[in-house]
Order: sequence, then structure tokens, then C-alpha cells
Amino acid sequence: MSAGPAAVPAPPASRRFPPVAEVTTVSLGLVVIGGILMASYAPRRPPLAVPVALAVAGAVLLLAGCWLTARLRPFDWDRFFLVFRWALLAYVISAGVIAFAFIKDHTRGAPLAVVLVMLVIYALDVPLIIAFTVARYSSPAGHAGSLPDVSQPA
Amino acid sequence: MTDVSNLQAGTAGPAQAPARPRLQVVPLRGLPIVAAVVAFVIAAIAGNWLWALTFCHVVGGGLWTAIDLFVGLIVGPILGRLSLPARAEFTARFMPKMVLLMPTLVLMTLATGFQLALKLGNLSPASPNHGWLVVSYCVVGVMAVIALGVLEPANIAVLFEMRKPEPDGAVIALLMRRFVLTAGITGVMQVATLIIMTRVATQ
Repeated sequence: MSAGPAAVPAPPASRRFPPVAEVTTVSLGLVVIGGILMASYAPRRPPLAVPVALAVAGAVLLLAGCWLTARLRPFDWDRFFLVFRWALLAYVISAGVIAFAFIKDHTRGAPLAVVLVMLVIYALDVPLIIAFTVARYSSPAGHAGSLPDVSQPA
Repeated sequence: MTDVSNLQAGTAGPAQAPARPRLQVVPLRGLPIVAAVVAFVIAAIAGNWLWALTFCHVVGGGLWTAIDLFVGLIVGPILGRLSLPARAEFTARFMPKMVLLMPTLVLMTLATGFQLALKLGNLSPASPNHGWLVVSYCVVGVMAVIALGVLEPANIAVLFEMRKPEPDGAVIALLMRRFVLTAGITGVMQVATLIIMTRVATQ
């Protein structure tokens, strides 16, 4: 009897994963749309219903991306966190400059809160996408043998 | 950051690459320049300083648009016709610079552009430029999602792949294909940006 498919090492390029990058990119798109809506009303106070809905949807998708990532086994977590922490630093600075501009322009109260929530989602979305994209093509340290298809729930 | 920086890059097996270039995912020597640019942008916004805001927006936006179009329309097609080792060597030297350059230009352009529009009254609904600026937000939004969600992750993943002792050509080819697929979209968006900004400047 020959060995089953699991015995054949899956090349990193063909290994299948859950749609973490896609889900998180949609989350990023939603907060970008929310930001555009709010910016289009500046300097007036924008209506907040749609931006809040977009921010909530973006947060849910971000959490879904985190949940999908957290369940990945085997996965190169060392590389994931190495990339994530530096990308997080870069995008926290980027989000901080944008937040500073809004605060400087006297955005206050609920609109400022919505902007800050969107910036937090943005500052987490991008590092998650970058770190996942890098780590998915890496072999976990010390892992020998085949790398399974993890695109479906166990 | 040391584990990100001083690592060997290679594009083929050791026998084919006797002198592989050292590859830094993030060029550390560029970080002080980025810090200086970010500090200047913050100072311009904090001081509501018209010349500095205009300088940052025009220089940042001009470079962003020009580099996007030049890389997408000129460098990209040339790169596609090079041999695989030449393409890999070019990529190993080119992409780390883009990792620092493009996010800095984008931040510089957008942060000062919004402040400038506010200061000049272009964001007011009564301004003839208001509609054009909202369209420009949409154009920038599409480019931001493509750049942050597709291009930059692929760029950094390629660099990490090329740092491996034996990079996987299939992974690099898969990731580089994203550049080709999105170059057309960002090219159209950048042309739209040029039209919008020249309209705004002349109304």
C-alpha cells in the first residue's frame, strides 16, 4: 500500500488556509468607507449611524480574522508575531498622526470616538494581514513532515 | 529589529549564488529620514503652516503618483521580461526601499492634504471643490485598500521568502502576480487623482 496524501509534504505555495487576509481586508475596506463618509462631512458634524454600523461590522470581521488565525495549527507563530509587532508599531504611529489631525481640527465627542475606533481597527487590520501573509508561507520551526490543509474547520 | 535585518537573501541554491546580497526587510538607515518626515508633517499640521502643508502635500502626492505610475507602467513590464535571477536580485534591492518609501509618502500626502483642504475652505459644502474632494477620498480609499490589504503584505512576504536559504520560486511568483493584477487598477486611480487635483487647483 502506498502512503496516503497526508504523507506528501504540501509546498507552502499550495497549502490552503482560511480566508484570514480576505476577511480582514474587507474589514479594512469598511473602516475606510466609514472614514470617507465622516471626512466628507468635515468640518460639519457628520451623521453617525452609518459610520458606526461600518465600524461595528469592521470590528466583527477583524475579530473573525483573529479567531480564524488563532485556530491555525501548525502555523509559524514566531514569524507571525515578529512581523505583527513591528507592523503594529508602524501603523499605530500612522493612526496616531491621523488621530492627531482630527483632534487638532476640534473633532470632539461621539464623532471623535467613532474615528478613534475606526483607527484602532485600521491599526490592527493591516498588521494582521501582513503578518498572516508572511507566516502562511513559512514552515513552523521544528515542524517536520506534511503541512495540512487548514482551510476548513477541524 | 536585528532579527529582521541582518539576514542573508538568496534566490537560488547555494551553488548558483556565490555572493548573495544582504537583505534588510526594513532598511534601518532609512528610519531616521522617515522619522524626520513624520515629525515635519506633525509640525505642519500642529502649526497649521500653509507653506509646509502645501509642500508636504504636493511633494508627497507628486512622488506617490509618479512612483506608482512609473513602477506600474515602466519598471513592472521590464521586470517581467528579465531572467529569474535578475528579477530576484532587482526585487531584493528595490522592495525594501518601497517598504519605507510608500507608506511615508501616503501618510505625508493624506494627512497634510486633509488639513490643507480644511484650511483653504475646500471641505465646505459651498465650495466648488467639495464634490471633487469627496471623489478623491473614494479614489484614495480604493488605492489604500489595495496597497494595505494586497500589495504591502505581498511585498513583505516576498522579502521574507527571499531571506530563506532556498527561496521557493513558486511562492515568489504567486505573490509577485498580485503586483501585475493590481497595477492596472492603481494606474487608473492615479490618473483619476491627477485629473481631480488639477481640477481642484484651478477652480
